[in-house]
Amino acid sequence: MDNIIEEITGSEYKYGFVTNIETETIAKGLNEEVIRTISAKKEEPEWLLEYRLKAYRKWLTMEMPCWAQLDIPEIDFQDLIYYAAPKQQEAKDWEDVDPALKATFDKLGIPLTEQLALAGVAVDAVMDSVSVKTTFKDVLAEKGVIFCSFSEAVKDHPDLVRKYMGSVVPYTDNYFAALNTAVFSDGSFVYIPKGVRCPMELSTYFRINARGTGQFERTLIVVEDDGYVSYLEGCTAPQRDENQLHAAIVEIVVEKNAEVKYSTVQNWYPGDKEGKGGVFNFVTKRGICRGENAKLIWAQVETGSAVTWKYPSTILKGDGSVSEFYSVAVTNNYQQADTGTKMIHIGNNTRSRIVSKGISAGYSSNSYRGKVKVAKGCQNARNYSQCDSLLLGDKCGAHTFPYLEIENSTAQIEHEATTSKIGEDQIFYCNQRGISTENAVGLIIKGYAGDVLNKMPMEFAVEAQKLLQISLEGSVG
Amino acid sequence: MIGIEKINADFTKLFKEGSALLEKGCSAVMNVCRKEAIEQFVKLGGIPHKQENYIYTDLLPVFEKDYNVVLKYIRQDVDINEVFRCAVTDLITDPILTVNGWWFDRNICSELPEEVVICSLKEASLKYPDLFYTHYNQYASKANQDSLIALNTAFAQDGVFIYIPDDVVLERPLQIINLLRANGDLMAFQRNLIVLGKNAKATVLVCDHTLSEQSFLMNNTTEVYLGENAYMDYYQVQNQHMGAAQINSLFVSEQRSSVFDSNIISLYGGFIRNNMYVSLNGEGGECNLYGMYILDKKQQVDNYSCIDHIAPHCTSREHFKGVLDDMGVANFCGCVRVRPDAQKTEAYQTNNNLLLSDAARINTKPQLIIDADDVKCSHGATIGQIDEEAMFYLRSRGIGLDEARMMMTFGFAHDIIQHVKLEPLRKKIDSLVEKRLRGEISKCNNCMLQCNK
Repeated sequence: MDNIIEEITGSEYKYGFVTNIETETIAKGLNEEVIRTISAKKEEPEWLLEYRLKAYRKWLTMEMPCWAQLDIPEIDFQDLIYYAAPKQQEAKDWEDVDPALKATFDKLGIPLTEQLALAGVAVDAVMDSVSVKTTFKDVLAEKGVIFCSFSEAVKDHPDLVRKYMGSVVPYTDNYFAALNTAVFSDGSFVYIPKGVRCPMELSTYFRINARGTGQFERTLIVVEDDGYVSYLEGCTAPQRDENQLHAAIVEIVVEKNAEVKYSTVQNWYPGDKEGKGGVFNFVTKRGICRGENAKLIWAQVETGSAVTWKYPSTILKGDGSVSEFYSVAVTNNYQQADTGTKMIHIGNNTRSRIVSKGISAGYSSNSYRGKVKVAKGCQNARNYSQCDSLLLGDKCGAHTFPYLEIENSTAQIEHEATTSKIGEDQIFYCNQRGISTENAVGLIIKGYAGDVLNKMPMEFAVEAQKLLQISLEGSVG
Repeated sequence: MIGIEKINADFTKLFKEGSALLEKGCSAVMNVCRKEAIEQFVKLGGIPHKQENYIYTDLLPVFEKDYNVVLKYIRQDVDINEVFRCAVTDLITDPILTVNGWWFDRNICSELPEEVVICSLKEASLKYPDLFYTHYNQYASKANQDSLIALNTAFAQDGVFIYIPDDVVLERPLQIINLLRANGDLMAFQRNLIVLGKNAKATVLVCDHTLSEQSFLMNNTTEVYLGENAYMDYYQVQNQHMGAAQINSLFVSEQRSSVFDSNIISLYGGFIRNNMYVSLNGEGGECNLYGMYILDKKQQVDNYSCIDHIAPHCTSREHFKGVLDDMGVANFCGCVRVRPDAQKTEAYQTNNNLLLSDAARINTKPQLIIDADDVKCSHGATIGQIDEEAMFYLRSRGIGLDEARMMMTFGFAHDIIQHVKLEPLRKKIDSLVEKRLRGEISKCNNCMLQCNK
């Protein structure tokens, strides 16, 4: 049994290759000059530069948070490159794109070319902080949907960006949010006008390629009344010995009766078996249900990163708004994850649901940290949280830290958590019916994570299931 | 912030100036710990402020009152045995009184098995240096991040000492009655040490009362050592007045196959903080923590527990229930820690809360930190209201609204009370809770010093 788990969790990271492509970088280090350079390179308006500088000054006064159940080596923020871009400028046609870049994204299996239009997914690919190519722009434009890179949005739709940027995650929010706001390079921007259901799923693919760089992207999604969008996000990085830093911000604004589904498959390089290298993933994701009956769904599969620090949250401000959070977090070898969600109930009759499944193997540590807050004036809030942990191996840890803060007597809040391992009786039951131990373990894990995987969009569900198998290869026991 | 700094400075000043009085009559073991503790207190930055374990608790209003601190025993002018009568009349116990944290000089402890020692902590520290050396401050120092416990170690001079040797079973429950009585606002410290030898058994009932209307701040720490296969049944009934603040810390060290059952009922008090630290050091240990809190007006009750599974094959159960009305604030933090080698651990933790008013507030934080794989651990927390269907059922049978609510609330609370094994006590607590829920006077019936608060 031990061997099988080892086999299952022992597979190699598939996306560890490096693309040899000319990259334009600036000098290492972080100071106001660097921020001005980034801003100048991106030809940004004055207000954005001011905003960046404000964030930077705030960041200088802040300290790296240490409350998470994580053991993070000290990060030298002066030893990082804050801007790296593939040398080639954004191409109008797919044919113009650097073949090396194309090859990279082909390797990653991202349907960038129009041929793959049939896949029905519009993609914005971001490599080393710069958006390389956005597909299906025209089709989307017909409907009035704006889907472009963040820098384009700053140029083409400055009013929208100015109105919404920082409205959900202000730069004062936390250490990494301030850092991101100061140095963010690119990201995606989505705007769904009133009454429009986005005809296809929108997707962003993030990749860190250059050495010693940090990736700081920003995603902003605004959905007006009665709109709908399903947004997918995927991430990979090459295999390197040193740690890479990724600090992103995602902001989502959901208006009256609108719905957003935000799915993530996060597969940054997790480091090798000895825990060397890997990506530090510090992400601030937050959405606000501003209007009545707005709905926001988070679905995530987290298998990568050496360190994950990520709490997608929802502010339920509109009456009757709904938010759901589904997460599978897998840690193996020396990975550490401290992840969860926050549900802030402000409007009346708001509902939220949290389903979090943690799987830890090897020497890893996997924590769920979540907060459910019901404000004083919020009537009839309803929350259900379920956090389960599955331990594969006796050297790993599974931790649960829920915070429930309730200030209204009409709230109904339930929270439950369990921790267990795969039972020998379960394996025995499968063996008896002719299922090998390896398949049995796979089956049980699939069943365990099924609640969450079912919530992922079709394309991702397949990828996520594969990922789950790969991440755990060689570790089930 | 300035307030806190001043309070912290006052404590260090008091320690310096009063050290002669503090050390008088205490053994070297106690006094050595004292010095380390005050250093620790300073190192931790004094009174907890925005610390994770006190994140929902603002201690400033509790500490900023102008308390007197008395560093020596003041003889009581009346025999408290005459003044105070416990309400549980049909329960025969061996009563032990403390007044303002000091062993009451007219305690009568007769009719106990010969080798059992029950005396004042101060006296014991001199008479039984070996026991003291082995146990004193060995378990409380586990909470080395909590400056309030360090404060207790620094200032506490007296309390109750109980030693029950191997194979001795106490037939009657011991009842420790902690009384607070003063002419001015008072801050007091108490320290208790309870040691049970192998196969020993005891039931301890602790009652906290106030006998005068002044404001009190009691910082009480109890250390319990359970030898192999020992059993202890621990009850605490906290019934004080609105001006009383209590910081109550309980440390339990369990050896192989020992069992610790506890039931902490917070009936009344302005501010109550219960810290419970249990470490399961030997295989087969078991620990059951039950608790209930009923709050109204502006009361605040904090329950913090930390169960440390160090050895394999141990079981812990924890169940806390609360009823909150008016502007009551309750905080619950339960932490179950399973160490890497503590396989086959079973740990269950539940916290249920009933919110009856919109101004009441509950913060709950059940935590699991698990570093072993072959375990069964779960926790759950709920916050809700009285079930409307059940209410409808009762009302359709002709029961009035208030009475129906009462029945439902009482049923909710009874879940915890049913774990009380002493029948007279269970009945008494039942009736106290019922009275408490009905808003009737919450004092013990026979208490002669009714303070109308």
